[in-house]
Amino acid sequence: MSSQPVLEIRGLDKSFGPVQVLHHVDLTAHAGEVTALVGDNGAGKSTLVKCIGGTYTADAGEYVFDGRPVHITSPRDAADLGIEIVYQDLALCDNLDIVQNMFLGREKRSGLVLDEATMEEMAAKTLDGLSVRTVKSIRQLVSSLSGGQRQTVAIAKAVLWNSKVVILDEPTAALGVAQTAQVLELVRRLADNGLAVILISHNLNDVFAVSDRISALYLGRMAAQVKTSDVTHAQVVELITSGRSGELGLQNVNGVTA
Amino acid sequence: MSTTIVPGRQAAAPAPSIAGNFRSYIARVRGGDMGALPAILGLIVLCTAFAVLRPVFLSATNFANLFTQGAAITMIAMGLVFVLLLGEIDLSAGYTSGVCAAVLAVVMSQQGLPWYVGVGAAVLTGVVIGLVLGALVAKLGIPSFVVTLAAFLAFQGLLLVLVQEGTNIAIRDPVIIAIENRYLPPWLGWALYAVCVLAYAAVQLVRARRRAGRGLAADPVGLIALRVGSLAVLGGLAVYALNLERSRNVLLVSLKGVPVVVPIVLALLIFWTFVLRRTAFGRHIYAVGGNAEAARRAGINVDLIRVSAFVICSGLASVGGIILASQASSVDPSTGGSDVLLFAVGAAVIGGTSLFGGKGRVLDAILGGAVVAVINNGMGLMGYSASVKYIVTGAVLLLAAGVDALSRKRAAASGLR
Repeated sequence: MSSQPVLEIRGLDKSFGPVQVLHHVDLTAHAGEVTALVGDNGAGKSTLVKCIGGTYTADAGEYVFDGRPVHITSPRDAADLGIEIVYQDLALCDNLDIVQNMFLGREKRSGLVLDEATMEEMAAKTLDGLSVRTVKSIRQLVSSLSGGQRQTVAIAKAVLWNSKVVILDEPTAALGVAQTAQVLELVRRLADNGLAVILISHNLNDVFAVSDRISALYLGRMAAQVKTSDVTHAQVVELITSGRSGELGLQNVNGVTA
Repeated sequence: MSTTIVPGRQAAAPAPSIAGNFRSYIARVRGGDMGALPAILGLIVLCTAFAVLRPVFLSATNFANLFTQGAAITMIAMGLVFVLLLGEIDLSAGYTSGVCAAVLAVVMSQQGLPWYVGVGAAVLTGVVIGLVLGALVAKLGIPSFVVTLAAFLAFQGLLLVLVQEGTNIAIRDPVIIAIENRYLPPWLGWALYAVCVLAYAAVQLVRARRRAGRGLAADPVGLIALRVGSLAVLGGLAVYALNLERSRNVLLVSLKGVPVVVPIVLALLIFWTFVLRRTAFGRHIYAVGGNAEAARRAGINVDLIRVSAFVICSGLASVGGIILASQASSVDPSTGGSDVLLFAVGAAVIGGTSLFGGKGRVLDAILGGAVVAVINNGMGLMGYSASVKYIVTGAVLLLAAGVDALSRKRAAASGLR
């Protein structure tokens, strides 16, 4: 699709003490595309995402956003660039309603007073833009929502700010069949609206259902970044479990020895 | 319930109506979100019982007494609401009020400084105490239960130091004394009442119009009329009753009007309700109480919110201390001690503030404070000793906490908070 990626990570290293978790990882995300980030437990997916989101600072590597090299040292930096992460545990406040959650920490105000009307309008517009029809009222408390609806609110919260990159950490892990379909549809719609979406998932069915590209991490290294249409289910499984699949993947690598 | 979809009309958003509002309220209560309902029902039951058993309970004098007796506890409870909203507790709030009252007394009676310096020093003491407690809880991470239990003991000692091991410092300043012992002239009571009702109506109407103008769901006029009407009736009855002559001998001294402490409590109620409901700071307090991790990720400075909640709590406790000093016209080692703290916690919880954090209003402190004041006052009239009062109030506190815990369980089951 588009030639220049919105987000490009090159040669990212990250260690925790003596343990090197990420080795020279490259990752690109393009606008209008869903990039699936796959990998076994402990492959470094979460660490990579936290480096992108600014929760961790990378030890080495380049971070290019919209063609410009940038420096991310805090989650605020990432948010200012338009990078939003939807974590697995969603981080919503049960005792607040949908609008209040969507604007949490970034409330609109006129003077000292909260501008509820503007926030409500913007929230309604965002949900409409994502064709969300499942919530009854946007003034409902989040505690009264189902898992899929909560996921929807968390995603809508991430796109409210004209973000460019949305990273979703296992958005369907805790959902039933129907709700998973709903959320995947929403993920696809985000990309169709022009956002770069990075989808972390263990579920290859989900990955093949919505993604345009697949990036497979294997023991802290990027095994392969391929187009979803170019690979089979079995190849991706091989990439996840052994880091290589025929021509694809890490060629002279066996485990951690370089 | 069957619904017919009218073509061209969104069935998703039901037009707001009084009946609809009432139905959703019933659904909320059934779902476990009782809010202030137990406090209001309790108040009605208690008042009826005491009125039947001891008719003097309904006398104008006793009615005025309820306000002056409940004011200090209500004030401390208002502060506690902020700490409870975060799921924390301040067990030292009672003695904080005592220490602040002692500072007031020392500054005024022993140093001979004017009342505003004394009040300033007392409130400043409260703020500093709140800063220390809040920093220990938020920055060091000591559980608030332990920090404030330690402070509970330490402040008891500090209070003794301030009043020099048990002397009683008298307060003679007319301004401080006036808080609990003087009354507004009847016309001023009515004027304040009119301002409050009109302002409330105006705020409600303007908000509804603005929302309707932008095509958002607004409260129906009928509901607003109902709210304003109930405030007008209840407030009117209260002002009327407080303006009745209470003096046994009118020729000697006339005793009528709204106690001076009432507008003070009301002003703080309105101010802190505004802060909690209409500002980002208030929203963040609810967020931290609901899910601190979510608040942190949303970029909210959770530590700052924690510390400020303790500052607000201790600050309001200092105002409570000033009221206690005014009530007794003196400060002694027991000011703010014994039952004050538990009554205040009880008031907040009885009013509907959750001990688990994230749920509560400043108004809860007023409603719960009224229940506590009525129990205290009514039992006194019945001639029960302090021992029985303690047991009953303890039982009521436990009952309120039980209702809180049960409604939380029920809410979790029904998916409403």
